[in-house]
Amino acid sequence: MERNVLSGALLGVGVAAFLDEAVFHQLLHWHHFYDKSTSAAGLVSDGVFHAFSWFATVAALFLFADLRRRQSFVARRWWGGLLVGAGAFQLYDGTVQHKLLRLHQIRYHVEVAAYDWVWNVVAVLLLAAGIALLVTARRRAAVRS
Amino acid sequence: MSHHGTTGLGLLMLVSALAVPLVAYLLAVSETNGAWPVRRSACWVGGLVALAAGLGAGPVTGSPGFVAHTGSHLLIGMVAPLLLALGAPVPLALRALPVGRARALVRVLRSRPVRTLGHPATAAVLNVGGLWLLYATPLYGPVHDHPLLHVHVLAAGYLFAAAILGAHPRPAAFGVRAAVLVAALAAHGVLAKYVYAHPPVGVPAADAEVGGVLMYYGGDVVDLVLIVLLCRAWFRTLGRGTAPARPVPAQSPS
Repeated sequence: MERNVLSGALLGVGVAAFLDEAVFHQLLHWHHFYDKSTSAAGLVSDGVFHAFSWFATVAALFLFADLRRRQSFVARRWWGGLLVGAGAFQLYDGTVQHKLLRLHQIRYHVEVAAYDWVWNVVAVLLLAAGIALLVTARRRAAVRS
Repeated sequence: MSHHGTTGLGLLMLVSALAVPLVAYLLAVSETNGAWPVRRSACWVGGLVALAAGLGAGPVTGSPGFVAHTGSHLLIGMVAPLLLALGAPVPLALRALPVGRARALVRVLRSRPVRTLGHPATAAVLNVGGLWLLYATPLYGPVHDHPLLHVHVLAAGYLFAAAILGAHPRPAAFGVRAAVLVAALAAHGVLAKYVYAHPPVGVPAADAEVGGVLMYYGGDVVDLVLIVLLCRAWFRTLGRGTAPARPVPAQSPS
């Protein structure tokens, strides 16, 4: 993958995972550290994504610094990558982790369907915006060359 | 096992035992005639302090609950090893030893068993695999306050930190170190949630929950430091070939 897109995508995954942890686990206390319906696969998926998102955030920032150092930073490609990374992670979290693997729910003691819809529609919008940016970035590069 | 009557004696023995690596390191530093970075020495001392705190919090002052056990393992198995590896004792020894002995040490380091032990994947399995054996099997009951357990946790933690940071000669490739680090961090996080949900033998559920959360987030903090140091090393290596033209500082002839 091209380095601008890679750096953006990694940071997107990292930011989405960080917001999930900071806002929904720590501030709102909507998400649970563990709930009794969590499957073994859910625990493994959570562990892998949690670890990977830590690494992705840091690696993305160093990649960003490297792009700036080489003067090859392309903002549109980077932001496109970021939105795609964030949207893809949020969609995976909202469908596979919450629903399929039953890691935990978005919120407890409420009708959760509306929350699930908002969560996943936001994910798809992020993903679509990111793809649109990447496509226009490619067109611009083609026009220039 | 109860240590309550022997707390003072235990602490005394601990302090004397930790004086050995401290004095040995400082003697080696004095052999380098001021060429050894002070921050490395500071890391070594910090590592020994963390080790003393970890041992003092749990094993020496009696057999406390699971939360204190987890806290002391964070210090003995993660914080202390990270700082000790940053102290770079092996490169220091290679510099401080007379040529003949340094060569002998290099031969040992290059031998197959030592290279295998020092590989990131082996070190990760010894480190996190050992924790899985301890917490997810009935082993926890008989073993959890055995002195050899703490030795293992420290040694495996050091091997892992040194392998990830590339603190010994001929480190593994960055990609390998990064992949192993992510896998080990994941296995650590999964185990922490497993402990939360399935308390080890003899541990009350409430203690296991607090201990599991401490293990999860405590591990995160130390691993974040490892990730930053690894990525920074990668960034610097990459920069050597691509740095913009800059006036080269005049080097004094040596």
